[in-house]
Amino acid sequence: MACAAALLGAVIPSLASPPFVPRLQEIPLRLELRGITKRFGDLVANDHIDLTVEPGEVHALLGENGAGKSTLMNQLYGLLQPDEGEIVVDGVARTFRSPRDAIAAGIGMVHQHFMLVPVFTVAENIALGAEKTRAGFLDRRRARREVLEVSERYGLPVDPDALVENLPVGAQQRVEIVKALTRDVDLLILDEPTAVLTPQETEELLEVMRGLSDAGKSIVFITHKLKEVKAIADRITVIRRGRTVAPSNHPATAHNRTEAYFSPQTSEEELASTMVGRAVSLDIDKAPAEPGREVLKISGLVVEDERGVRAVDGVDLVVRAGEVLGVAGVQGNGQTELVEALMGLREPRAGSIMVDNENLIGMSTKHILRSGIGYVPEDRSHDGLVKEFSVAENLVLDQYDRPPYGNAFRLDPGAVATAARERVEQFDIRTSSAEAAVSTLSGGNQQKVVVARELSRPLRLFIAAQPTRGVDVGSIEFIHGRIVHERDVGTAVLVISSELDEVVGLADRIAVMYRGRILAIVSPDTPREELGLLMAGITDGGTPATGSPAPGTPATGSHAPGTPATGSHAPGTPATGSHAPGTSAPGTSAPGAATPGAATGGAATGGSGAVAPGGGAAASDDDKPAAGDGAAEKGTK
Amino acid sequence: MTTDGPVGAPKIADETAADSATDAAAPGPVGAKPAHDEPGDGDTLLNRFLQNLWAANTVTVTVLSVVLALVIGAIFIIVSDPDVLSTFGYLTARPSDAFDASWTVVSDAYADLFKGAIVDPATITAWANGTGTWRQVFFPISETLTYAAPLVFTGLSVALAFRGGLFNIGGQGQAVVGTITAAMAGFFLPLPPVIHLIAALAAGLLGGALWGFVPGILKARTGAHEVIVTIMLNYTANLFLGWLILQKGVQQPGRSDAISKTVDGDAQLTSFGGELRANLGILLAVLATAVVAWLLNRSAFGFELRAVGANPPAARTAGISVARTYTLLMVTAGGLAGLGGATQVLGTAHALTPQVAGNIGFDGLLVALLGRNRPWGTLLAAILFGALRAGGNRMQSFSGISLELVTVLQALIVIFIAAPALVKAIFHLRAARSARLGASMAKGW
Repeated sequence: MACAAALLGAVIPSLASPPFVPRLQEIPLRLELRGITKRFGDLVANDHIDLTVEPGEVHALLGENGAGKSTLMNQLYGLLQPDEGEIVVDGVARTFRSPRDAIAAGIGMVHQHFMLVPVFTVAENIALGAEKTRAGFLDRRRARREVLEVSERYGLPVDPDALVENLPVGAQQRVEIVKALTRDVDLLILDEPTAVLTPQETEELLEVMRGLSDAGKSIVFITHKLKEVKAIADRITVIRRGRTVAPSNHPATAHNRTEAYFSPQTSEEELASTMVGRAVSLDIDKAPAEPGREVLKISGLVVEDERGVRAVDGVDLVVRAGEVLGVAGVQGNGQTELVEALMGLREPRAGSIMVDNENLIGMSTKHILRSGIGYVPEDRSHDGLVKEFSVAENLVLDQYDRPPYGNAFRLDPGAVATAARERVEQFDIRTSSAEAAVSTLSGGNQQKVVVARELSRPLRLFIAAQPTRGVDVGSIEFIHGRIVHERDVGTAVLVISSELDEVVGLADRIAVMYRGRILAIVSPDTPREELGLLMAGITDGGTPATGSPAPGTPATGSHAPGTPATGSHAPGTPATGSHAPGTSAPGTSAPGAATPGAATGGAATGGSGAVAPGGGAAASDDDKPAAGDGAAEKGTK
Repeated sequence: MTTDGPVGAPKIADETAADSATDAAAPGPVGAKPAHDEPGDGDTLLNRFLQNLWAANTVTVTVLSVVLALVIGAIFIIVSDPDVLSTFGYLTARPSDAFDASWTVVSDAYADLFKGAIVDPATITAWANGTGTWRQVFFPISETLTYAAPLVFTGLSVALAFRGGLFNIGGQGQAVVGTITAAMAGFFLPLPPVIHLIAALAAGLLGGALWGFVPGILKARTGAHEVIVTIMLNYTANLFLGWLILQKGVQQPGRSDAISKTVDGDAQLTSFGGELRANLGILLAVLATAVVAWLLNRSAFGFELRAVGANPPAARTAGISVARTYTLLMVTAGGLAGLGGATQVLGTAHALTPQVAGNIGFDGLLVALLGRNRPWGTLLAAILFGALRAGGNRMQSFSGISLELVTVLQALIVIFIAAPALVKAIFHLRAARSARLGASMAKGW
């Protein structure tokens, strides 16, 4: 991911630095939203929103959860009807009663949650809803041909015969995009497309978006991730509480809100604070750590996944009281299994897990939680929360049978309610009441419920896996603050994240995990390039660290330019040299996303090199110092 | 994939529309509330009450389902009566004949249903005149409660299991085993009064619990689906009962047909005497409802089972043992159904026959559905089913309408309850926030 992030940064100047110029105008579609207003009862979800999308433009719609982005797009797609305002397509005002109307007008949408039938093939899914028949029978061949045509034309590799349920998430999303494109749409709405993607898949998606916009399609890109916006968008509209927000220094703000957009050059800080409505610090403020005793000591840990593959392969780690150990790594390199083994959710094959000289192996999850270990699981809706339960109940989900909340037989609803009110206050959980079902909360507030639950008892060790995944900027800041606070009171903290920024910002030491092993433990001041290489399995020698089990993995066409620049690696080592050209085959991208540890974003970034020839090398020169500064800055704070 | 493709697209779209509407409304804390609290405009308590009444809440839909079922039942009554039907032959000539005849037959039938289930005004008059007894006044209620008592237990059994994410279709088998163990304790154990009754009830509970334990432990240990296991155990229990009754020592001496010895008098549930068959069973049922309500909402086990029922991985991550919860839950559910069987045999039947448990296990499924898997709702639903049954008996003997019509009515009520959207559409009910009806039943299958 590091390399992805580095390169992601790298492409900004090369691709998006000139002010917006419409690209190839093969099929122009100019969209204007004028004064769109939508009310739900007393709540004004959209308040006179004006928005123009030029042909071939990537227009980012940025806003926190619940700001009204999705509502706006649902009106554009015909799922909702605006109370006021008009939708103008190519100068003609249109009314969309249903998505069918929108598609007919050339507008397609890819939803955050895919609308695919898992047991159908890709071609069947794409044909679904627009089946072509021949003599009453389904024309499968024609469906296949269409899929192949579209995927060829826009460079979206999909296998028309694969079953959707067997595809990784990124590929499913490509299917959704192909599906929209087969309906001949010229404007594509992507609703938080990256929320479910791994970093490599995200990089691939951004590549696809560039390709589409080069082909003249306009894209409305809804997100709350600033990096992606800066990487891809031509213009940025920020929505806060149902209104568009103009840049503070914009001359035209007062009288012409149509012009209220940001350029991708706007700093992340400014975008974030515009989104949230107050100053947001993207850097994590923390004092130097004061590590104490060794709390967690993992030695020789081996854990297998469901298929019997060694997901964790001999891990040794120590986490001290009062420090944050960050585990960085591309997802699927054994982090999940490591944490599950720590929590007693998965039985290790070998090794020991000692917490203050007590072996956790063989203990039940309940016992482990009781012994002063807090755990934020990586997937909150699957493992962290019971959605049907109230906020109050979720706040005691692993404490319900302990005083003061209850005992082995009965609960004390009064105590649960009192504690809930306190936590809601303390952790700034935005909810109508503590009795509301937790599913009514936004993602960020749901995550705060999990964090509040785990941090509201005395802990020796706090394990947070992906603590801010799918969480809005304001909540991220808050959760990071709480994690640092927990460290400062002397708890040992283990943070596992695939967001490199998060690991670098939070950790006092970073353990890089690759293919089930800890490749290195480095300081957070380490340059990003180096971290990126480690995450891709390249150690200082320029050879893949795990050697034998990873034939042909290092897929680092993208790293090659970076390597000489950083200087810390042996430049021109035959090993690196041979990998660079050999492995950047773009075709490997799809399986790479599926198999753990394979082709760490290499294929994707290699692809970007193909789109902008030579841009990669030039860009990394631009980018390297910037990223280095960023890292150093964060490290010293 | 079907060839009626074009229909598919709008369907998907509609769903997304609904989804996004809720999504969009969710962020604001109370954003989703429709604009029905117009400020100033008579926002009185009464107004609110009326508004709520017409909103599609659980109670309203249930009541309207019953009404709809009665209306459709009326059509069946008319159609199934040849005399009334013949008046429709000359409908155009004298329409009043047809309507009068229809009205008479339907109103008589439903009047008998009411008189048989709740109270017959004639008996009150008779009692007041001194020609009748108070027992006759309370006879219909007594019958209703007699039929309701076992259904409460089996209904609670299904409802409780459902809240824990298990579909206990084995209430029948558990009830049958409950009747067996309770009856055996009733005629084999030489115990003093009171203790004998308690022992017999406990035996019923344990028998059912054992029959629930088997699918529970299989589910927990091997993942065997509880639906399949419980269905098979239903057969096993039934056939075992059929065999057992004919064994020497169990069979009533001097009888050649399938009937067991009679339960000792002091192991029988005390009834109110005379023709009033209602017995302690209904009081136990109310008690059991209270216990289950407490268990669900106030106990640690209830918390665990609700968590496991709603999201097993999250429960496991929070340290709750899913396997233990499943096992314990099936034991508890089985015990409840077993108690239902025990009240049946100790309260009314007093001896084992192949049909001693009737259909209480399967009716329990419907009762739980009607009660929306809530304990007190289940109690009320069981009483409604008991009332239909008791009233149906009278309807059959007085109006000559077959008892099957009652079954049809029950089925119609359940269908409407299971399809709340239908009821809402028929009565143009406003969608209320609490109207996520049927959602609970959609899970688990």
